[in-house]
Amino acid sequence: MNERIPTEGPASAREARLRAQLLSGLAGRAADYEQFLREMSAHLRAFLRRRLARHPDDVEDLVQETLLALHNQRHTYDPAQPLTAWAQAIARYKLVDWLRRRGGRQDVALDLDDGYELLLAVDDEAAEARRDLGLLLARLPDGQRRPIQLTKLEGLSVSEASAAIGMSESAIKVAVHRGLKALARLIREEP
Amino acid sequence: MKTDELARLLARGPIAVPPGAVARRQALALGAGGLAAFGLMLGLLGVNPDLRAATGLAGFWTKVLFAAALCGAGTLAMARLARPGASLGGAPAGIALALVLMASLAAAQWLAAEPEARRALVFGSTWAACPWWIALLSAPLGTALTWAMRGLAPTRLRLAGTAVGFLAGATAALVYCLHCPEMAAPFVALWYVMGIALPTVVGTLLGPRLLRW
Repeated sequence: MNERIPTEGPASAREARLRAQLLSGLAGRAADYEQFLREMSAHLRAFLRRRLARHPDDVEDLVQETLLALHNQRHTYDPAQPLTAWAQAIARYKLVDWLRRRGGRQDVALDLDDGYELLLAVDDEAAEARRDLGLLLARLPDGQRRPIQLTKLEGLSVSEASAAIGMSESAIKVAVHRGLKALARLIREEP
Repeated sequence: MKTDELARLLARGPIAVPPGAVARRQALALGAGGLAAFGLMLGLLGVNPDLRAATGLAGFWTKVLFAAALCGAGTLAMARLARPGASLGGAPAGIALALVLMASLAAAQWLAAEPEARRALVFGSTWAACPWWIALLSAPLGTALTWAMRGLAPTRLRLAGTAVGFLAGATAALVYCLHCPEMAAPFVALWYVMGIALPTVVGTLLGPRLLRW
């Protein structure tokens, strides 16, 4: 399957750059990782918008859900594997899952999924999301919400957050991870 | 929340992931589930009292090697299916090869045996219990491996369930080797494979329901 991944042209340069950013992020460098997520969201938007032509108002929600999925599942990326294959499989999975939750696969151009095209198109025009993830975050239990708030919204380091709320550093990391997984579940359980 | 804000939120705080996270999680589940299956085998069945003598027999090692090969291929299949966009690699070919070799050996033994000895080669004295015990021993393994898979990212849920059930069954068969008194290849080719097939079918049926994320 990998031979269908473009080996030259703009997509392959993007593949190399985004892959380097992701690997840097997995090693803990926030700036590269944020750049990865931002660029990826533009590719996801283009990818999903093409497939949800009849649901334009839902595209941004699904972009965000997929971005969260890329983050929560980032430990499953194998550096020996093309980034495009990994990210597109997640995007496609989240798209199909979203459709199933809405009770049908009609109206959607899933047949566009022959090749690895995720990185070919860019769409920077973020629409307003219909669902506010901030509100969903607020519904998490305190033990998860506080660590996320301190480290991810207020920008405290893990050790500062640990001192602030009296949890061990590893407990903070676990709580952040579980909290974001719980956030993904809350999204899926929404009506 | 805007998408750019989400990207910033996700990128801050603890983001580093140690390499090998997938393998570690799978090994942990396989170890814990395998230990539980071993405990079940000890408690309910006991180790084969003739095990020491059995380890001198080619039939014993054939059986162990067969189960171990299926475990290896199942581990690879599960690891691949836990990663979005990864191909299955050599796992299906490995499983098929082990099955074909075992079936060929079974056929050879059966053909070489005197007609009146053939029944014993196929049925031994424990055929009616063997698949069920393997299926029972696979239960804690299946539970642990499902936990592991739920923390990874399978995108082909039915196939991922198949791999989890198959690996649970193959590992349970390996544990069951320590109790099982049968040494004939036709017995193993039939009843062990049936014991592994049971959890494989259960995994295939439950995958789409249990492994969603």
